Amino acid sequence: MNRTMERDTKTAATVLDPVCGMEIDPASAAATRVRGGVTYYFCSQQCAEQFDGAQPEGAPSKKDSQRQPAPVLVQSATTGYNPALRDSVYVELSLIGLSCSSCSTTVERVLLAVPGVSAAHVNYTLGKAHVTYDPTQTDVGAMIEAIKRAGYNVGADEMHIRITPSLHCASCVGFIEDALRQVAGVTEATVNPGTDTVQVRYVVGQVDFPAIKQAIESTGYQAARPLAQKDEPADDESAAHEREYKHLMRKFWFAAIIGVPVMLVAYPELPWFYLPNLFMPTVPESLVWWLFVLSGVATLPVMFYSGRQFFTGAWAAFKHHAADMNTLIALGTSAAWIYSTVAIFFPALFPEGTATPFYDVTAVVTALVVLGQALEVRAKGQTSQAIRKLMGLQAKTARVLRAGQEVEIPVEEVLVGDVVLVRPGDKIPVDGEIIEGRSAVDESMVTGESLPVDKAPGDAVIGATVNTTGAFKFQATKVGKDTALAQIVKLVQDAMGSKAPIARLVDVVSGYFVPTVMIIAILTFLAWFNFGPSPALAYAVVTAVTVLIIACPCAVGMAVPLSLVAGVGKGAEHGVLIRNGEALQTASQLKVIVLDKTGTITKGKPELTDTVPAPGIDAATLLRLAGSADRPSEHPLAQAIVDGARSSGLELVEPSDFEAVPGHGVETIVEGRQVWVGNRKLMQRHKIDVSAIEGDVERLQGEGKTAMYVAIDGKAAGVVAVADTIKEDSVEAIRVMQGMGLEVVMLTGDNERTAQAIARQVGIDRVLAEVLPEDKAQEVHMLKQGGRKVGMVGDGINDAPALVEANVGFAIGTGTDVAIEAADITLMSGSLKGVAYAIEVSRATMGNARQGLFGAFIYNSIGVPIAAGVLFPFFGLLLSPLIAGAAMAASSITVVTNANRLRFFKARSFAQTTGNG
Amino acid sequence: MNTSVILVNVLGAALIAWIVWYFWLYRKEGVQVAEVAGVQEVPITVKGGYDPDVIVVKQGKPVRLLFNRQESSMCSEMVVFDKIDKSAKLPEGETVAIEFTPAEAGEIPFQCQMGMLRGKVVVR
Repeated sequence: MNRTMERDTKTAATVLDPVCGMEIDPASAAATRVRGGVTYYFCSQQCAEQFDGAQPEGAPSKKDSQRQPAPVLVQSATTGYNPALRDSVYVELSLIGLSCSSCSTTVERVLLAVPGVSAAHVNYTLGKAHVTYDPTQTDVGAMIEAIKRAGYNVGADEMHIRITPSLHCASCVGFIEDALRQVAGVTEATVNPGTDTVQVRYVVGQVDFPAIKQAIESTGYQAARPLAQKDEPADDESAAHEREYKHLMRKFWFAAIIGVPVMLVAYPELPWFYLPNLFMPTVPESLVWWLFVLSGVATLPVMFYSGRQFFTGAWAAFKHHAADMNTLIALGTSAAWIYSTVAIFFPALFPEGTATPFYDVTAVVTALVVLGQALEVRAKGQTSQAIRKLMGLQAKTARVLRAGQEVEIPVEEVLVGDVVLVRPGDKIPVDGEIIEGRSAVDESMVTGESLPVDKAPGDAVIGATVNTTGAFKFQATKVGKDTALAQIVKLVQDAMGSKAPIARLVDVVSGYFVPTVMIIAILTFLAWFNFGPSPALAYAVVTAVTVLIIACPCAVGMAVPLSLVAGVGKGAEHGVLIRNGEALQTASQLKVIVLDKTGTITKGKPELTDTVPAPGIDAATLLRLAGSADRPSEHPLAQAIVDGARSSGLELVEPSDFEAVPGHGVETIVEGRQVWVGNRKLMQRHKIDVSAIEGDVERLQGEGKTAMYVAIDGKAAGVVAVADTIKEDSVEAIRVMQGMGLEVVMLTGDNERTAQAIARQVGIDRVLAEVLPEDKAQEVHMLKQGGRKVGMVGDGINDAPALVEANVGFAIGTGTDVAIEAADITLMSGSLKGVAYAIEVSRATMGNARQGLFGAFIYNSIGVPIAAGVLFPFFGLLLSPLIAGAAMAASSITVVTNANRLRFFKARSFAQTTGNG
Repeated sequence: MNTSVILVNVLGAALIAWIVWYFWLYRKEGVQVAEVAGVQEVPITVKGGYDPDVIVVKQGKPVRLLFNRQESSMCSEMVVFDKIDKSAKLPEGETVAIEFTPAEAGEIPFQCQMGMLRGKVVVR
């Protein structure tokens, strides 16, 4: 499976080649074709020809526009298609035996020759055939036959299923295998009685889990759901980290077990630290020498087993004219070993007194650095915990209706269009739209919204969220990698892999770091050799080795990426999706936040706010008549009145003689009474005296509301007012942002009066009203003057240009539309608190990254000179290479641990919610 | 000053000069990429570095780089194309494709996340 994680650059509009699925720039497309009024772009002439071949120009193809995108949208059989919804079907077959790229053409040809196959494309690199066919004319079996005739084979996917109860006879193994092989499409079945699992190889798209389950059950056994698929990156990754950790720990113990005794026989001049002194008061010279030889021999396997990766890594880097941490450690440990060996065998080569071996440096430094690496791997695994948590949210099974029957199937097999049943307390398996039933759904894990959200037919539900008390049915709209959760995971992974601008500086430094350290080591050597005290050579070697070992390029290079991973993950936990490192860094520097009014601060939908009756009429009657009068109208303001009347429990009636007067209002007869609802112009048209209610109208308009006059039987009866109401937590979110020192500006196309009224309620001082949609970007541009970083919050569709113009664009999402193109940061919940949180978390992340970076720079710029011995002339202080090894290991662990602190970051923006209830 | 001291100093200086040349000044010839079916495709082995690490491609034609990481060292876990905003995780032993179409001539550098391993795509 191709696990590429790619991102569109937000500026370049790319299109997909419908044949090979490659992303290309339309401007540079090698060929284009126009079919049914739609232009298709191709990466190469060959793809275009194939497109021609698959769909002859003259052929009647009423479904062209539908069929065309299918191979692109539906990437695999598990992504799902429902034969009931589409008349051509797409499958992906893995091919075996493709040895050259020209074979692809052969396979394509034979596939296209199968009647009913409308398109076939073979991706040679991935060894996959992408076939679109008409299921009424052919089936996968026929295609496999064709491929086999051409001399190739079709690969299969694998499923691992646990069988219960435990298998205890060898013959059962045979029964189950036989039963499974009889299932059409199953190519191989292997039962492992040791683990009670069966491994089924099957042709993708032809076999589903229920068929396999049925086959197993026919033998008297039960089949549990498929075990974790092999292509679950989260599990894979943590397993890889765990393996790496264990491997490194084994290396560490090996080095430590040899290193300790080697160290204890390394210093005959320190009697209290010299092991043989335990047994004899004076140790003969010859024994000392032999112990050194033994140490030298024992240290070799430490270097070549425990320290193997340093040497292979250093060599691989060297071939590329590069040097890294491995180079430093390999040089340091091997220099110590070679010097020691020469010193014990050819002491005459050295000046008097300098022929002292120090094998302990080789063994102990290797042990310490390997231990550091092991701990680092472990800590790094924790840093990306957030993403594993996200992936773990995915439901494992789904209850769907198949042929009128309720069946439980693995979530991978849910198809688009399936009707899924959700019981109270169930996890919703995929994205969809409710068709029956009502409930409240806890979406906090995806949107960060803490309160359950009410859902009714027609509402969208998000996979991985949890149903509370009601039961409902929904139709799946997105499955597999198209679900909101899958896209969030991808977005977060991409962001974690991106670079913060601050890291670019680090990159420049790291390119020069290691060679510089090597040069410093040589200079150190020469300085001690030329000017150092006796024994100069011994001092020279020790200090040079210490310099090599203490330098820690890893700490420098890791600081920023690790903080980024932790910070982006933290955001995702609260429904804040940060697109990349640059967005995160810029968000931390924002000074101004521009909020679009409609849909951002407010709900974006007018609601009934006031009912003011004229003397002699009661409020309920006024609202009931006005609501009934407006019932047939489609105007949003009229709908707001209807909804308002209904929600206050009023029974509305159908008006007779309804007439909508454009730009004025409605004129109707309700229950035999003449009811007019509309603006002042409507009242003037009928010459109605409105003086009794004029004061109320003015007051309501002053509050930013839209007031509508109601006249009953030719007399002013009162005023009903609607307004776009403020989201519950907007006020608090804006207060938090202001508390963080941000200037909050409101931007709206509404009139000054309405805008000011809303601004007063939420506590915003600066209002830019009556801004035409096309001028919003210009206004943002003006705010950016003076070099201030400006963030813009909008709905991502109407405000797209302004979002792009801003330094950081925040798109307020509504659940499923995760990847909003124009946005640098997407807020899964509609709440403005996400904006405050995003800024807080980015500030914390950048602060953390700077700490790590600063720490690493300070460590190296203090550690290296001390190791070189700059303190020696003043204090006689010299660092042991052993201490240097420990320091180097500790420094990289510190950086990782510091980044991990971010996991415990608590934001003010969310803390206040819980505080205030 | 005896000869051995002079020799050691000269050797040290030579070594420094060699480090400067080998790691910083050395410039490699790029690998010219062949075109297969209109796509400039090149496999890159990731092991202590990128092999090849300088890839020469033609402007305006789609490029597909197939990364295959053959080591477990954490350093090379990720490849980042900062300039074109693309990145990919490289699971050990798997081939991961990075695709893009270079619009203008120039250099598109890529590197591991820590910046220790580097390579570049030279667009002509």
